[in-house]
Parts: sequence; structure tokens; C-alpha cells
Amino acid sequence: METQSTYNYKVVRQFAVMTVVWGIVGMLVGVIIAAQLVWPELNFGPWFHFGRLRPLHTNAVIFAFGGCGLFATSYYVVQRTCNVRLISDKLAAFTFWGWQLVILLAAISFPLGYTFGKEYAELEWPIKVLITIIWVVYAIVFFGTLAIRKVKHIYVANWFYGAFILAVALLHIVNSAFIPVSLTKSYSVYSGAVDAMVQWWYGHNAVGFFLTAAFLGMMYYFVPKQAGRPIYSYRLSVVHFWALIFTYMWAGPHHLHYTALPDWTQSVGMVFSLVLLAPSWGGMINGIMTLSGAWHKLRTDPVLKFLIVSLSFYGMSTFEGPMMSIKTVNALSHYTDWGIGHVHSGALGWVGFITIGSIYYLIPRLWGREQMFSLKLIEAHFWLATVGVVLYIASMWISGVTQGLMWRALNPDGTLTYAFIESVKATYPYLTVRVIGGLLYLVGMLVMAYNVFRTISVGKAVDAKIPAVAAHGHA
Amino acid sequence: MSDFVSDFWGIWITAIVVGGFVGLTILLFTQSKTTVKPGEQVETLGHVWDGDLAEYNNPLPRWWMMMFYITLVFGMVYLALYPGLGTFPGLRHWTSVGQYKEERAQAEAKYQPLYDQYLKQDLKVVAADPKAQEMGKRLFQTYCVQCHGSDARGAKGFPNLVKHDWMYGGEPQTIKTTIMGGRHGQMPAFGATFGEEKVKDVANYVMSLSNKKHDAERATRGAETFKAICSACHGVDGKGNQAIGAPNLTHPSGVWLYGGTEKTIIETITNGRNNQMPAWKDFLGEGKVHVLSAYVWGLSNNPQAAK
Repeated sequence: METQSTYNYKVVRQFAVMTVVWGIVGMLVGVIIAAQLVWPELNFGPWFHFGRLRPLHTNAVIFAFGGCGLFATSYYVVQRTCNVRLISDKLAAFTFWGWQLVILLAAISFPLGYTFGKEYAELEWPIKVLITIIWVVYAIVFFGTLAIRKVKHIYVANWFYGAFILAVALLHIVNSAFIPVSLTKSYSVYSGAVDAMVQWWYGHNAVGFFLTAAFLGMMYYFVPKQAGRPIYSYRLSVVHFWALIFTYMWAGPHHLHYTALPDWTQSVGMVFSLVLLAPSWGGMINGIMTLSGAWHKLRTDPVLKFLIVSLSFYGMSTFEGPMMSIKTVNALSHYTDWGIGHVHSGALGWVGFITIGSIYYLIPRLWGREQMFSLKLIEAHFWLATVGVVLYIASMWISGVTQGLMWRALNPDGTLTYAFIESVKATYPYLTVRVIGGLLYLVGMLVMAYNVFRTISVGKAVDAKIPAVAAHGHA
Repeated sequence: MSDFVSDFWGIWITAIVVGGFVGLTILLFTQSKTTVKPGEQVETLGHVWDGDLAEYNNPLPRWWMMMFYITLVFGMVYLALYPGLGTFPGLRHWTSVGQYKEERAQAEAKYQPLYDQYLKQDLKVVAADPKAQEMGKRLFQTYCVQCHGSDARGAKGFPNLVKHDWMYGGEPQTIKTTIMGGRHGQMPAFGATFGEEKVKDVANYVMSLSNKKHDAERATRGAETFKAICSACHGVDGKGNQAIGAPNLTHPSGVWLYGGTEKTIIETITNGRNNQMPAWKDFLGEGKVHVLSAYVWGLSNNPQAAK
């Protein structure tokens, strides 16, 4: 049978294209809400108000853009590294259409004002149930394919994808536990400080497993492939994998420093957040050192540039994170734009760059081309995105530290030196620079969409043949 | 420690945290032995995936291991000093509540006298003191702007403090009473008692009191109801009663707390209103309230002239 001798690239192609589409949508909404903070007149009606568009932005970039990128790459990687077609084409197709439906429902229900009220988990209960079903099917497809692999050893990228799928299932189910009151409204089963703790256990591990572990899986395949070099250290990948997935689970309380959360919980969260530094950097070292001996490729290969620069942003934000989790630093940084800057150095710099690089790797291969339509446009995309991220992060750092310092400044009589509104005024220039940074990043995505479109229109969808397993694959 | 419902949970937490540290240390230690001699070529492990994916097995970078060990040691020391290991309070016996109370006591000892010195002075005198005005303004910008606005002009449901139209009276002492004890204003709902038509009549009469455009026929009918019922609080002439916070309805340029259109007045009469100004006595202390009251009074009066 034809399908038994080829990889299932169809679902990979579908997810890959939607990664670009949802990237543009999510980032466009991001630019809109960034502009609303500078020009409040842009809040139109209740539907396009900041409060409703913000969760749309976060969900679209994390779960639509990031999610489609992860589905695409994990399906591609698990097939290619196991020398076997996905265990079920039907189930894989179900995850694609199901996931698109979830995204569509999010895009409708958020502007209409439906929300569960938990950050990064705002979707109402019927959609949550749908996500759970799709996720279980995703796990069946992924682990099922892994189970029928023709290669003895499981490649490192699959450890990370596997950990991501299991952990996200656990996080989603526990944090979403709800009591429905109607078809469109439900409440969390937890209350008070416990609810807050469950939420941030979920929230931080969404960062840890969705936005870190999963994209490290991506990194472990596409960086060595694009560089044409072996992974730097198997030993390092083992140590940092287990240390990372254990430690991340404990870091959540740093989102709740100086709150009603018990002191002991805050301490444990802070300490494990600090311990997280080395395990996080293990992935960066392994990625960047993989390139040693092939550094010259960076000069000519813009795809490799995306992949390697993503690792430097990863290293930067995983250094910044543990620092911000220290209580005394957190006292200054929390609730300020610094947090937004930190998140975006991870989201735009790490998640965005590694995904973009991987998609540029995939598109020509999925459509039977040697390379993308234009390398120059990839180069242009790289610089637009880089300048965009730098403007974004730098402006939010300055804005955040300014806010933090202004909020705590005291007069000799003990009163606050600045009224809140003065700190808002002081951040205007930085909020404006942020819009420009975000806009550049968005323009980069549009350049990518054009490049992808041109590549696809001259290419032809092909499903690669599954090669016979080389003898040393069994070693 | 009250965070735990039984001794078990304290032990559970401690076991996992200590176990985690020990586990991470062992993991790191067992993987740290191999080194590469200078000039030695590292080989791949021999596994190949997808045609060309292979892995070297370089030793863990030494600086990275040191960094890992340092964070582990820091963590263990921190958890010895501060609460974290279940019910163990930490050698420093630090609590966030303790730190808050200490800082607050220090601040009060330092700053309270600066405000209390004005308690001896009459509010109008305080209002004319530029330094006290400056302090009052800062207090206002911190505690009052959320409702009354940075310009003190209020918002729907939050009184305007610069227009000289007072619900409970604008004398300095009255303002101080308001801030100290707060206010709870209540207008009963008459929708059910009056019925829709009658509410509309009364609304038009109310509008006529301040010479707003109104339906004269309805106003005439509404006047009877007003005199019979509404006058109990707002007075027969509609000039209100500051003793109970009933607004003056005749002020031509006055403040309409919830809006002065026919629609909002009908809404007010139909559903009533319930409004609260919080009490600040316990939170700020009398000294600060005194300075603040003088500042608020000064917003709509000329303290220099009153001197």
C-alpha cells in the first residue's frame, strides 16, 4: 500500500501552513492591543476592548501559532526519527481539524466576552472539554507512533515532545476542573489561595512544558539537521532533561510572591526557580555547541541564524526568569512591564525564532523543493524580527524598571512620590516603541507568508518514502 | 503552622523538597566523572536517526556543573534560614507578616508625628499652610484618586469635590467627619410603588426644579407625589438635607451624581441608589485625615482668604 511506504506529510503540511496563518493573526492582535495602550481611542465597543482582545492575543500566539508549530514539527520528527508512518492518519487528521475548531471558537468567544477567568486558560468549559479530547488523541498518535518505531533508541527530541504532551494533559485537566452553571459559564472548583496556586502551577508549567520543553524538542531535531552536525552531548541532554522536567513543576509560586500564599510555598517556589537556571541552560549549551565546527554556516544560512539566535534569546530569558523569581528582585519587577518584556523575549525571541526557523526548514521538504523560494526574504525576515524583538524587550525593560522605581519612591513625609497616573505617563514613549517593535515582527511574518506562498505555489505536495532502517540504527 | 491540616502534609512537603535536592545532586554527581583529555577526539555514540542525526557524548561543561551546584547549595541554605520545609519555620524565624508589621511600625514612628503636629491647628489654618497642602495633595493622589479622579472632579457615582455642591456639607469639620467615618448613602427604590407613569412624572418634576427642559404636564402631576413622598428627605422645596446626605435637586449648575438626564433620573427613582464612601480613620489615622480634610476643603475654597 502506498501509504505504508511513505510518511504522513499531509497533516504536517496542514499544521505548518496554519502556523504561519495563526502567527500573523495572533501577532496582529498583539500589535492592536499594544496600540490600544498608547491610543486608548482604539478600544471599539465591548468586543474589541483590550480586556477581551488580550486573552485572544495570548491564546492565539501560544496555542494557535505555537500549538500548530508543535503539532507540525512533532508529527514530522516522530515519523522521521522512528522510520515509521504515523500510527493513524484519521486520528492525526482529527487533531488538525479539532485544533482549528478550538482556535476558531476562541476567536469568537473571547470578543463576545466569554471567559473562565484564568490566565492562559480563559476558554469556557465546552471548549476545554474539546481540548482534552483532542489532546488525548494527540497523545495516542504520538506515543502510538513511538511504540511502533523501527529504530531501537528513542531520539532526544521525542523525549521532550513526549514530556510536553503528558505534562500539558495533566496541567490542563487539573487547572481546568470546573463546575458548570450554564453552557457558557463555569467556575473553578478551587477557591482562594489554593485556586491561585493551582492556576500558577498551571501557568508557569504552560511556560515550562508548552513553551520550553516542547520547543526544545523542536530544537533537538532542527538545529543538528540544519547545521549538519551531531548533537554536542548526549550526557548533557539526559541530565538537563530530567532536571528540567522535575524542577519546572515547583517553580509556579514565584508568580505569587508577597501575596496570601503561605510563606513556605513562596520560598520553595523561589528556590526551585533558581535551581532551574542550569537545567534550562543545558538545552542552550547543547544547541549552540552543536554548531561548533560549523560556525561559518551562520554567515550564509539565514535559517540557521533563526535557530541559533533563538537559543541566545532562550538563554537570556531563562537567566532573567530565575533572577526575577528572587523575592527582592520580584518586589521591583512584579506587576510592571518588565514581566511583559521577559515573556516576549521568550515568546518572540525563543519560541518565535525556533518555530520560524523550523518552518523554513520544513516547507521546501514538504512541497518537494530544494529550498525556500527566496533566501534573501528569509534574511530580511530575520533582521526585521531581530530588530523588532530588541526594540520590544528593551523598551519594556526600561518601562518596567521605571514603573517599579516610581511606585516605590517615597517622599520625606512617607507619602508616595508619584501618583499612579504619573507612572503611566512616564511609560508612554516606551509603549510607543513597543508598538513599533511588534509591528516590525509582524511585518516579518508577512514576508514569511509571501515566501511560503511562493514556495508552495511552485512546489508540489510530496510524501517522502520511508527508507529502510540502516544497520547502525539498531545498535 | 496553620497552613497544614495535619502533620502529614508538612512531612510530605519536606520529603519532596529534600528528596528533590538530593536527587538532583546525585544525578549531577554521577554524570560528572567523565572528562576528555586535551586533544582527544570525542566519538558519537553510534546511534543514527533519520539518515544523519547522531550524538557526541561530550562531558558536562565544568562551569555549567559549578553553576548547578551553586544554585543547589544556595537553595539548601535558603531553606535552612527561611520557611519552606513544611512546618519548619527556618532558623531566622522570618515571616512575611512579621516583616510587614515591623516595616509598618517603623514607618509610623517616623512619619506619624509629621501629620499629628497639625492636629492642634484649625483645619482652615492647615489649609493655608503650603507644606500641609503639599502633603494633603500627595495623600489625595494616593488614596482618593481611584474614585474621585486625579482632578478631584469625580465620576458617575463618585462625587465631584471641586464644585462646591456637597451631599453631606462642605464645612471643614464635616469633610473630616466624612473621611474619618465614611458615608453610606441610600436612596430607596420607588419603581414598584409608583409604577412606570408616576416615576416619569416625578422625574419631570425633579427636572423642573433645576430649570431643565421638561414635560410641564407630567411635572405638575409629579409635584404632588414629590411633596407627599420625596420631600421627606429632599425637602418640600427639593433643596435636600445634608444631615442625611439627600442631594439638593435645585442647583442649576449642580452635580448630578449619577447623571441628570431624564433616563438616569427615572433609573434612580425606579431602582434607588446605594453608595458607600469608605472610612479612613483606622487605615490612615487621624493625623493624616486631618491634613487630607484641609486639602479637600481647599479644593473648592480659598484658604488664604479664609485665614
